[in-house]
Amino acid sequence: MADLTKKGIGGFLARQGILVAFVLFMVGFALANQRFIAIDNIFGVIRSSAILGVMALGVTFVVIGGNLDLSVGSMMSFSTIVVLDLHDTLGPTLAIPAMFGLTLALGAFIGFLVGYLKLNSLIVTLGMLSAIHGLTLTWSGGQNMDIADKEGTWFGLFGRGDILGVPMPIVIFGTLALVLSLVLSKTPFGRKVYAVGGNGQAATFSGIPRARVVFFTYLISAFCVATAGLLQASRSLGSQNTVGQGYELEVLAMVILGGASLLGGSGTILKTVIGVLIFGFIENGLLLIGLEFYVQDVVIWAVIILAVWLDIAAKRGRLWSPIA
Amino acid sequence: MFTERRKDLLKQGAIWGFIVLELAFFSIAGNYLSVTDTAFMDFDNMLLLLKQSAPIGIIALGMTIIMINGNIDLSVGATFALAAIVMLDSMTWPFMQALGDWAIPLAWGFALLTGVVLGAINGLIVWKTGVDAFIVTLGSMLGFRGLVFMYNGEQPTSHLNWTLVDFAEAQFLGLHTASWFLLAVALILWLVMTRTVHGRNAYAIGNNRDAAVNAGIRVGPHFLLNFMLIGFLAALSAVVFYSESGSVNPNDGMLYELWAITAVVLGGTKLAGGYGSIVSTLGGVIAIQLLRKGLGHIGADTETVNLVIGLILIAVLFLDRQLNRKGKEELKT
Repeated sequence: MADLTKKGIGGFLARQGILVAFVLFMVGFALANQRFIAIDNIFGVIRSSAILGVMALGVTFVVIGGNLDLSVGSMMSFSTIVVLDLHDTLGPTLAIPAMFGLTLALGAFIGFLVGYLKLNSLIVTLGMLSAIHGLTLTWSGGQNMDIADKEGTWFGLFGRGDILGVPMPIVIFGTLALVLSLVLSKTPFGRKVYAVGGNGQAATFSGIPRARVVFFTYLISAFCVATAGLLQASRSLGSQNTVGQGYELEVLAMVILGGASLLGGSGTILKTVIGVLIFGFIENGLLLIGLEFYVQDVVIWAVIILAVWLDIAAKRGRLWSPIA
Repeated sequence: MFTERRKDLLKQGAIWGFIVLELAFFSIAGNYLSVTDTAFMDFDNMLLLLKQSAPIGIIALGMTIIMINGNIDLSVGATFALAAIVMLDSMTWPFMQALGDWAIPLAWGFALLTGVVLGAINGLIVWKTGVDAFIVTLGSMLGFRGLVFMYNGEQPTSHLNWTLVDFAEAQFLGLHTASWFLLAVALILWLVMTRTVHGRNAYAIGNNRDAAVNAGIRVGPHFLLNFMLIGFLAALSAVVFYSESGSVNPNDGMLYELWAITAVVLGGTKLAGGYGSIVSTLGGVIAIQLLRKGLGHIGADTETVNLVIGLILIAVLFLDRQLNRKGKEELKT
């Protein structure tokens, strides 16, 4: 296998395998169907990936910090329902900050449990998945939530509007990705996230406040979830209680596909964005060559396992696992 | 040694203590708040509870072994759905219809085989590629669900066979068919985990994989066997449940993996592997179902069940950590 430290083309391929595969995939589909690289098609794909994409940005922080967040799906249902409900009672101007506040409070609670109390993140967020789902159902009384006056509100701006021809969800996804990428790669906080995820104990010994860093990764994740909920609510102006159900694992799959290790300490925002785009374009490409949308799940399955397998195979220097 | 054993017993007893607490609470609270006249501790009510625990319960028992082994399986919900579709659809095939009621065991066989094959796929990938089971089964959760949709599109698959419905609704010694399956699976798995070499090795591998390898245990085949087992159990759960309902939607079984894991963790099995018990998982399954029914009984909205289960799960985790830490500090002094 290729040596990861090697310079030149071989080393580049080994390190950026997922990017190379993505480019090859895009070129292949573009040759098969001209429609695939039409600008409106590309916008369409990114716009429909934006909601899951925004959530994936936040989960990237959590995963790099060495934890998991399985609660993002039900938390996203929560923000969507809450903002839609408050829209009709408080009006959109107050509903949006109120929803962000409530969602951040949930994120802070999870951050407190995982960061300060040092509880296992998988079980905490699994419990919160269930708890927040209950909260959402209680809030909505089990009913679908709809905005009463769909014509007379500017609330649809975030999901349906555009700036200079670029759809708003893409603008928001892009901006958030850029900002979070800078936070992760250029700020002391970003470096601390890597340190905590890479080796928590060493980070603690070198004076990094592990608990606080983990706490903030969950706060960032909750902020992203709130943004995703806003996009979802604004796009559909009405929603079921279960709109985000199952998203938690799909989002995690995108982050892993981008190359973040579940052990923590590795991954970047750019790679996650590539993971998100691969999901979106595989679905779109398969649709354009006439296959049903669910075929993508099977393809994604193969892609995820191959991507992770080749990645660890490159690291250990042999293809097959040493498990006897 | 003795205190260690006593602590173990205490831990395994905790879930049953919790169940007794739940029973007492709902019986007393039910007297004041109940929306119906029937008592909560009603015998029929309890029998029904066992039956309703069966679908998740059978899967959770398998998940216990997977987790003792130090792995996890997120694809069981999709396996559940695919097995159900195979069972119901296979009964409509021409040659199967020609067989009359003999098609039933064959249809069960096809469904169970589907589960075993899907489990084997997971197991082989975990074994041969060395990719973490969490990632492998996260991928196959999507992939298997894709297969479910490819089988019959977004349409529900339905086939009612009255012989089958009668069998599923039958009661023997007061227990429903599904309850018998749940109890039988629990008994067999308990024997496997406590009385066989495979069970002992599963604990050893989960506890310390390197040590197990050094002791000459072949880790891979044990992984494979356990994934085949949970695939089989997910299919068995589907077979028992859909024999009665006769119709499966392609989204059925979604999030079952998370419910099963919740039950297993409530039962005290460690995520890190090496520790856990089949009997305690059975307790976890019953505790959740009891909570679900109990909250309904005292007139709470069914919605609050999710909230309560989630918070209890976190509380259990917190208490477990506190108790363990206390134990360790005592050892130090």
